[in-house]
Amino acid sequence: MNATLKAAIAGAVAATLGTMSAHAADSITVVSWGGAYTKSQVEAYHKPFTEKTGISVISEDYNGGIAEIKAQVEAGNVTWDVVDVELSDAVRACDEGLAEVIDMSILPPAPDGTPATEDFIAGTLDVECAVPTIIWSTIFAYDSENMGDKAPTTIADFFDLEAFPGKRGMRRTPKANLEFALMADGVPADQVYEVLNTPEGVDQAFAKLDTIKSEVIWWEAGAQPPQLLADGEVAMTTAYNGRIFNAVAAEQKPFNIVWDGQVWDMDLWIIPKGAPNKEAALEFVKFSTDTQRLADQASWISYGPARQSSTPLIGTFATDESIAMGPQMPTAPENFKNALQNDFEFWADHQDELNERFNAWLAAN
Amino acid sequence: MTDVSYDRTLADGVKPPEKHEEAPPAAPLTAADGTPLKKKLAITMRRARMRAFLLTAPLLVFLMVFFVVPIGQMLFLSVHNPTFADAMPRTTEALAEWDGSEIPGEDIFALLVEDMREARADRTIGRVATRMNYEVPGTRSLFTSTGRKAARLEPPFKEALIDADEDWGSLEVWAAMKRVSSTMTGSFYLAALDRQVNVDGEIVMQDENRQIYVPLFWRTFWMSALITVLCMLLAYPVAYLLSTLPLKYSNLLMILVLLPFWTSLLVRTTSWIAMLQTQGVINDLMVFFRIIGDDNRIQMMFNQTGTIIAMTHILLPFMILPLYSVMKTIPPSYMRAARSLGATPLTAFIRVYFPQTLPGIAAGTLLVFILAVGYYITPALVGGQSGQLISNLIAFHMQRSLNWSLAAALGGLLLAAILILYWLYNKLVGIEKLKFG
Repeated sequence: MNATLKAAIAGAVAATLGTMSAHAADSITVVSWGGAYTKSQVEAYHKPFTEKTGISVISEDYNGGIAEIKAQVEAGNVTWDVVDVELSDAVRACDEGLAEVIDMSILPPAPDGTPATEDFIAGTLDVECAVPTIIWSTIFAYDSENMGDKAPTTIADFFDLEAFPGKRGMRRTPKANLEFALMADGVPADQVYEVLNTPEGVDQAFAKLDTIKSEVIWWEAGAQPPQLLADGEVAMTTAYNGRIFNAVAAEQKPFNIVWDGQVWDMDLWIIPKGAPNKEAALEFVKFSTDTQRLADQASWISYGPARQSSTPLIGTFATDESIAMGPQMPTAPENFKNALQNDFEFWADHQDELNERFNAWLAAN
Repeated sequence: MTDVSYDRTLADGVKPPEKHEEAPPAAPLTAADGTPLKKKLAITMRRARMRAFLLTAPLLVFLMVFFVVPIGQMLFLSVHNPTFADAMPRTTEALAEWDGSEIPGEDIFALLVEDMREARADRTIGRVATRMNYEVPGTRSLFTSTGRKAARLEPPFKEALIDADEDWGSLEVWAAMKRVSSTMTGSFYLAALDRQVNVDGEIVMQDENRQIYVPLFWRTFWMSALITVLCMLLAYPVAYLLSTLPLKYSNLLMILVLLPFWTSLLVRTTSWIAMLQTQGVINDLMVFFRIIGDDNRIQMMFNQTGTIIAMTHILLPFMILPLYSVMKTIPPSYMRAARSLGATPLTAFIRVYFPQTLPGIAAGTLLVFILAVGYYITPALVGGQSGQLISNLIAFHMQRSLNWSLAAALGGLLLAAILILYWLYNKLVGIEKLKFG
């Protein structure tokens, strides 16, 4: 593609996406998902970082995906320094040269001297451009006050309209939903992607989704599902576990999480290629992914730290000391019994066709 | 719309040549300085034209830079995709010679490995993989994972590659590589029409459960047509009232038409959500007055109904204003004359009034239909799953899947469809008859 053409189009996209923000040299722009999640990062990373280095951190929100990063990089007008992305997006950004390669040996070791490469949960440092921060999970939750005498306990219950009538909230994407459908249809967690890799498996997943399609309300931003539950618009909804936790802990909502069949994933920092303050951005990444910082974040939101050495340091909820954070983590043994890790390679390979099929499926009445 | 030449003469105070003055005179007329009048006039006219052109030049430049060039580039992007050729130059060259009848030999495999090593080092392998994945779903990891291993591969490469992943022995993959190695491609237009090229090089329909764009194009067109008709039915009486009521009332009515027109699109759309959702004002009222039961609330939002209602309301002023401007010019005496000659009110309306409003109807329908076909924000907000239009899919490919070439192809098709429609319209109605206000 010719360079000016690309730059012009990328520039137009960047402009329409509203990313043209000014920045000063003594500050960095850190982009994340907003809401309770960004708050946890501001408290655990941004504030102490500014205190330590004097570099102020400008926090921006986005809705995920690498479209804006691509637009900025190709237009040669990068305004973001650090971005919080999902694993599959980190891999894609790295493969397509949209992110700076990070030398993992600069990451600080654990307090007991274990090097970072061994301290991070196995396999999480494999993407050469990204440093993981949290383990998060897509679960489903319900409002216990609206549920009657019987409460759902398994992922199959989510798809059971007879036993649990009412609307369902689901994220408007095939990702995680197809996995839920298969697990609800009796496929064991460790075989989900094997089955999903066959045309029959995809058919099976869509057939299962068909059974609740008429009752589904689709959401897109992570802040929506707790709102849908609170408004009584849905009886149950899939959601990010941290959002539900915060609604329960900070706003005393009577929500319950069902951990069965949870699909867990990671969030990672990447530095877009050509970031304006690359040095400071690297400092920030190093600082925010040390053992203590990761453990601190876990006291603001129930996402598990990506370092093993952080786990024993997890304390209580920042604004309510009666809530121990350990059992709230997706990785807590009690919650982790029937868990599935999102397979980024599967999604990288099949997202185009599955998105098309999902969109066609949605559009069909 | 005003006549351009009329504008020009107004701007310069120069009268256009009148025909009878140009009749060949016996002796050439001269101006005060002795030059022939004809020549003098030509010079003055040229100057006037130049000045007029300079006045419109900023607009022309603006249109070129911000309208024609980006659209042209976007259309170019829909047929031009050199991702593969740029990142894998040696393989591209070798594939041009390859006849596609069977899996290529060791020499091409060796070039492929060499290209992959470089692409891996330059971090362009991901782009190649993404491009290939559009053609053959599932091949992304074939490229990225083989790219990771490429540095360690030993000759013979053909065996080594097929050993690493048996898909390298698939003719379908190689045929697709040959297709994407060409920088000019029609495959995005094929994809935008739910078609694809199979392993034998024939154009076939996409799998049934992945066909999305053609049905969406149809939906976009019929929903836009319906919205246009609804707008016309609603706008006609309003425009008639506007043009016939005494000034005191018609001004008030005009403000009622214009106020929503000046209000932000987002505000109007969100208000419709508040009105129509299942826990919204209208449902609440109907439940309150026992018209429907509390558990039978009507779903009017986040579906096609929502899109149609909200878009009809938002596009209504674009129908009212051209209709009004035409109706304002129709003398009321025509209708009185028709009545006095014995026509019933209905006949007078159909035979006398209605035909005179046709230019306004034509302008309004064209305007509303074209706006509706490309509408994006309203269906995105209130359309739910069944009220999405083709523009929402274009946005999806621009912002989410990053398949800009496919987005460009979809946009190109939409543009072509509208141009064809415009041409048809011109044939049937005549563009010069339109009155926009």
